[in-house]
Amino acid sequence: MSATNPVERFLRNERMPHIWCPECGIGITVNCFARALDESGLDLEKVTVVSGIGCTGRVAGYMNFDSFHTTHGRAIPFATGLKLADPGLKVVVYSGDGDLFAIGGNHFIHAARRNIDMTVICVNNLTYGMTGGQLTPTTPEEAIASTTPYGNFEQPFNLPYLAESCGAVYVARWTTYHVLQLKKAMREALTKKGFTFVEVISPCPTLYGRRNRLGSGLDEMKLYKQRSVIKHGADTKDAALGMTGPIVVGKFIDRERPTYQEAMDSFYSRKLGSRYARVSS
Amino acid sequence: MHADPTGVLTGAHFLDGDHAACEGALAAGCRFVAGYPITPSTEVVERIAARFPQVGGVFIQMEDEIASSIAIAGAVWAGKKAMTVTSGPGLSLMMEHLGFALMTETPCVFVNVQRGGPSTGLPTLPAQGDMMQARWGSHGDYEIVAVVPNSPQEAFDLTIKAFNLSEQYRVPVLVMLDECVGHMMERVVIPPADQIEVYPRRFTTATPDQYLPFAAGEDLVPAMVQAGAGYRVHVTGLTHNDKGYPDMSPAGQARLISRITEKIRRSAGPLTDIVEDGVEGADVVVVGYGITSRVLLPAVAEHRARGRRVGVMRLRTVWPFPDHRFRELAPKVKAFVVPELNMGQIVREVQRAAGCSTVIAVPHAGGTVHDPAIISQALGEALR
Repeated sequence: MSATNPVERFLRNERMPHIWCPECGIGITVNCFARALDESGLDLEKVTVVSGIGCTGRVAGYMNFDSFHTTHGRAIPFATGLKLADPGLKVVVYSGDGDLFAIGGNHFIHAARRNIDMTVICVNNLTYGMTGGQLTPTTPEEAIASTTPYGNFEQPFNLPYLAESCGAVYVARWTTYHVLQLKKAMREALTKKGFTFVEVISPCPTLYGRRNRLGSGLDEMKLYKQRSVIKHGADTKDAALGMTGPIVVGKFIDRERPTYQEAMDSFYSRKLGSRYARVSS
Repeated sequence: MHADPTGVLTGAHFLDGDHAACEGALAAGCRFVAGYPITPSTEVVERIAARFPQVGGVFIQMEDEIASSIAIAGAVWAGKKAMTVTSGPGLSLMMEHLGFALMTETPCVFVNVQRGGPSTGLPTLPAQGDMMQARWGSHGDYEIVAVVPNSPQEAFDLTIKAFNLSEQYRVPVLVMLDECVGHMMERVVIPPADQIEVYPRRFTTATPDQYLPFAAGEDLVPAMVQAGAGYRVHVTGLTHNDKGYPDMSPAGQARLISRITEKIRRSAGPLTDIVEDGVEGADVVVVGYGITSRVLLPAVAEHRARGRRVGVMRLRTVWPFPDHRFRELAPKVKAFVVPELNMGQIVREVQRAAGCSTVIAVPHAGGTVHDPAIISQALGEALR
């Protein structure tokens, strides 16, 4: 281990090697996340990382912060409790597409609606990795999964469109090829107040890539790069993903809206005046 | 330590059990509540919603009970005392997070105001059908603590006790009201704050480089930290080692599960809370809890008036079950009679603990309380 590796201090090195497969994209996103934190200027003692269950759900455990590996789909409501009980914390939810948008979908839409001050990073590998490659709400139509052996006929979620519709104040999408842009998006999301969302399209060579004949993890990453069209400010309605066709990437939404905490404080101050007692950190 | 006076509504009040439980939580230092509306528990969170903004507490009505029951865990790790409140169907949805709190040793309180079930059942009518769910409802193997008030005053007192026990043992504690106790209005006396004992969070005194988040001393309860305090802890629902890191080996499982069960089992004595009346020298002992412990009293009075020796055991702590007290009494009494608003739950525990004694169940499917005459009849049979 080199003492000069810039991301080392953000990781629990005693927990290496990690569980992720060779050529999985999650590690790339973690590298970008560490660098984004490094550049963020945030008080690192106040950073907490919360994950759900699944391959990406293991990220919390590898990050050298207060970290919480919660239950399947429930990272966001856990993070909501953490943030509202101590507004001084910087709360990051780091989880996968199945965890955040199938079992956890209800919590995502409500946290975005409330504009809870947290950053949600979704590593979207289009499948459930941990359990063996089943269909998720983001698996493209026609894609083969272990539970869609003839291909998928369900319409998947378009995550940027969903996030925007529900009220997220920052929405960006990149692939694991776009490391510099991804790092920048993560930094912007981390330092912006409110519910901020970054989606990362990531290869899963062991399950999704293999079943859909996309080659190695490197091949899958290159394919996503080739299909990518950078379009900042794109209409999120145009960001739907298919098996083929463009992957629209970029920063789509960056807007202002009072956070839940700000709305609560100003509302109760108005209604209750000096009787309102704010939560203490 | 004593209660923080900002949350204590000292004085004599006329409250229902739901509102009294809310005041108990405030007095115990609870400053985070996440809940979802459900009859007959909603009055607890309605009062919390009015009270909390004036005492520095946060109430959030979450999108469902699943979210409520994990939001409180987040709040606890941010340093607050926290509670959720629900009834039957909601308690079913919360079971995974009861298990998460058990596994991660997150002190918190679940208030459950019981109604008739299963499923939607009888939303507005009483039952005591969740007693075994409180004990065994989450998957896996564990020990838990549950208290059962039988009046608004006890809803206040035992909610404070629930918070204190949760902090002392780092275990989720259930407050098992029933619809009758939740909705009955009675006099509730709230003492001054300096007469209310509150168990503080067991924060570690170790430095971050010495601290092991799940290493326990003599009493098997590890000291805690809160997020943002510089300890950089990892907390997981996976089987974990003293460091908090996953250790999914049979040995790791044995070590962790033995400790978190044993920390409660070995304290079954001090956790016992039974109010006894006329038990010594009794021929028959009637065992009750919650509303049923009041409904059985006319039947007891009737037999005592005829000179019969009937004792009453009222369980205020149901889990861990006070086996040892039943073992002591079993050779001395002819029979135990157990009326409850379910088809026979706690009676099985009495049968197990009392060995070969005669144990008579007086089941009731719920929707109302027992007719005392039915209990009287069972006592008559037991005395024969």
